[in-house]
Amino acid sequence: MIVRILGGEGQLRVDDTHGELLNGLDSGLERAVEAGDEAGFRSALADLLAQVRTLGEPLADDELVESDALLPSDDATLEEVRAMLTDTAEGLIPG
Amino acid sequence: MSFMKRLKMIFSAKANKALDRAEDPRETLDYSYERQLEMLQKVRRGVADVATSRKRLELQQAQLQGQSDKLENQSRQALAAGREDLAREALTRRSGVQQQQQDLAAQHAALQAEEEKLTLASQRLQAKVDAFRTRKETIKATYTAAEAQTKIGEAFSGISEEMGDVGLAIQRAEDKTQSMQARAGAIDELLASGALDDPTGTAKDDITVELERMSSQSDVELELARLKGEIGGGKAPDAIEASPAAGAPAEATPAEPAKTEGDRP
Repeated sequence: MIVRILGGEGQLRVDDTHGELLNGLDSGLERAVEAGDEAGFRSALADLLAQVRTLGEPLADDELVESDALLPSDDATLEEVRAMLTDTAEGLIPG
Repeated sequence: MSFMKRLKMIFSAKANKALDRAEDPRETLDYSYERQLEMLQKVRRGVADVATSRKRLELQQAQLQGQSDKLENQSRQALAAGREDLAREALTRRSGVQQQQQDLAAQHAALQAEEEKLTLASQRLQAKVDAFRTRKETIKATYTAAEAQTKIGEAFSGISEEMGDVGLAIQRAEDKTQSMQARAGAIDELLASGALDDPTGTAKDDITVELERMSSQSDVELELARLKGEIGGGKAPDAIEASPAAGAPAEATPAEPAKTEGDRP
């Protein structure tokens, strides 16, 4: 699976064998976002990012591959992530 | 991984919307490539802007350091002259300057991290744009318009994601540097107004004025003592006459602190 970490960090290839571990963390993050739980969001995001960075291998710069999943950057706020999920108008992609 | 995948779907939908165009898919390749080159320019400008802000902060840091050193010297001079009140004032100001220095150090670290991240992102985008160009030429040379469709789809999705992300990163960096520029401007104003004093030392702050006044006063006393020695005792050595004279500024001292404190709100 290929995961992109936003904020210009790039893409990582994570072996599918880690799916279960990441699934658990992913659900935690989703719950925190839906509950509007800022502290829970912070820690769930930090955990997930740490795991992806540890388990994943960065893609070569010249690889043109679409990601399967996407994660906000470390400094993303709960508000930004919620806006990303709801705001279907432009704003995410500049220009 | 429903959540991470959902984020990805939403992100890509927006990124693709920004790219979809042209009747002949092969033309879309050229159009997209143009957009990519524009984005590269934008990213490079972004990196340069962040670097400019960082350098400005470094200049201010040096100015504040000069200010801090100067105030420390002043407090030493004041103490040596027996003016604890003046020394206290200098140290109080110095602690204000140090607070500013800490703020700037934190901002500097944040900017530096931002600059490194954007530099890497810019290099990566460059590599991907190059890869896209190669693939674009292959597709145009090898496939008919109909065949090209799927190949183009693959090439697009990879690059559009990257473009979307880098575009966002640049926008955020711009927002950040703008708010930092505003704060940096405020510090420049403080430095210029003399509230933090002039680091070049051309304008004199009140502590300097007071220290210089005291020093010129004691110079006058010394000079007086020397003249008295010449007139009175013919070739009487300075040392003898200098001791009563040296008492003169000391006599004036008790009145000084009250006066200085009264001047200040």
